Amino acid sequence: MNIVLNGETYKTDGPLTIGRLLSHLAIDRRRVAVEHNMNVVKQSNYDSTIVNSGDAIEVVNFVGGG
Amino acid sequence: MPDNLLTIADKSFSSRLIVGSGKYLTNDQMAQALEASGAEMVTVAVRRVNLSDRSAASLLDHIDTSRYFLLPNTAGCYSADEAVRAARLGREAGLSNWVKLEVIGDEKTLFPDNEALLEATRILVAEGFVVLPYTNDDPITCRKLEEAGAAAVMPLGAPIGSGLGIQNPNNIQIIKEASSVPVIVDAGVGTASDAAIAMELGVDGVLMNTGIAGANNPVDMAEAMKLSVKAGRLAYLAGRIPKKMYATASSPLDGVIGT
Repeated sequence: MNIVLNGETYKTDGPLTIGRLLSHLAIDRRRVAVEHNMNVVKQSNYDSTIVNSGDAIEVVNFVGGG
Repeated sequence: MPDNLLTIADKSFSSRLIVGSGKYLTNDQMAQALEASGAEMVTVAVRRVNLSDRSAASLLDHIDTSRYFLLPNTAGCYSADEAVRAARLGREAGLSNWVKLEVIGDEKTLFPDNEALLEATRILVAEGFVVLPYTNDDPITCRKLEEAGAAAVMPLGAPIGSGLGIQNPNNIQIIKEASSVPVIVDAGVGTASDAAIAMELGVDGVLMNTGIAGANNPVDMAEAMKLSVKAGRLAYLAGRIPKKMYATASSPLDGVIGT
């Protein structure tokens, strides 16, 4: 299925949790924040939040800024 | 007079200088500049994780968060909605409810969109955020932001990254006089004297990034800024002499030889 990950189309094998998606992307979950269809997902809900076909996911972290 | 702390909302900082973490050549250089600045609060930006290149070191590997309080910003947001989303993500990533709120109205000047800034401030305050809005040096906007629940107001000295210094000291002074929340001059500082001038106006602190990171030697400039913020604050508290048109002799007028 396709999802929109950070603005780009991204293919997955099927529905999966945010937690699975992050480990698949080799992202340290303690260093990021995730938005699922415009709503922030709390870290404690990563393993219970399911990403379905067509969902929009944003994965952000801190970078240098003023 | 005891004057050691900058207090915003429920937090106190022993430095009145707040610094950014952007535009450094390397993370090491940034870490050294942060150290030299003596700052305790550091702004960071919220951006998409680079999915194609996961090799880049995380910024947080270079900022000791037990020493520095992170202030996520909403830089690059052009609407209240975008800024609110960025603030919520920043809270989740940083585990604090503080935000440097920016809602930009124009790409060339990076001046804030006051209307959208007020709207975003109201939304985030209602959600329990400690909101520090970056704003024009406009006393009325600052008053409205305070009424909307901002924990501080952060008027610009000059456009972001311009290094022009404090363009409208009268407005900054009026804002300080009228505000009951801390006033932080945010943006426009180009060199140490600019920071001192801001502090001499009586504001509570100064926030800068490019003025340090863009200097030929950012680490030395960070130290210069630390000293100038202290010097400016001290001069403000000491109370400067009034400006006069003509001279007043410093030495006694009596007993001059030959009279």
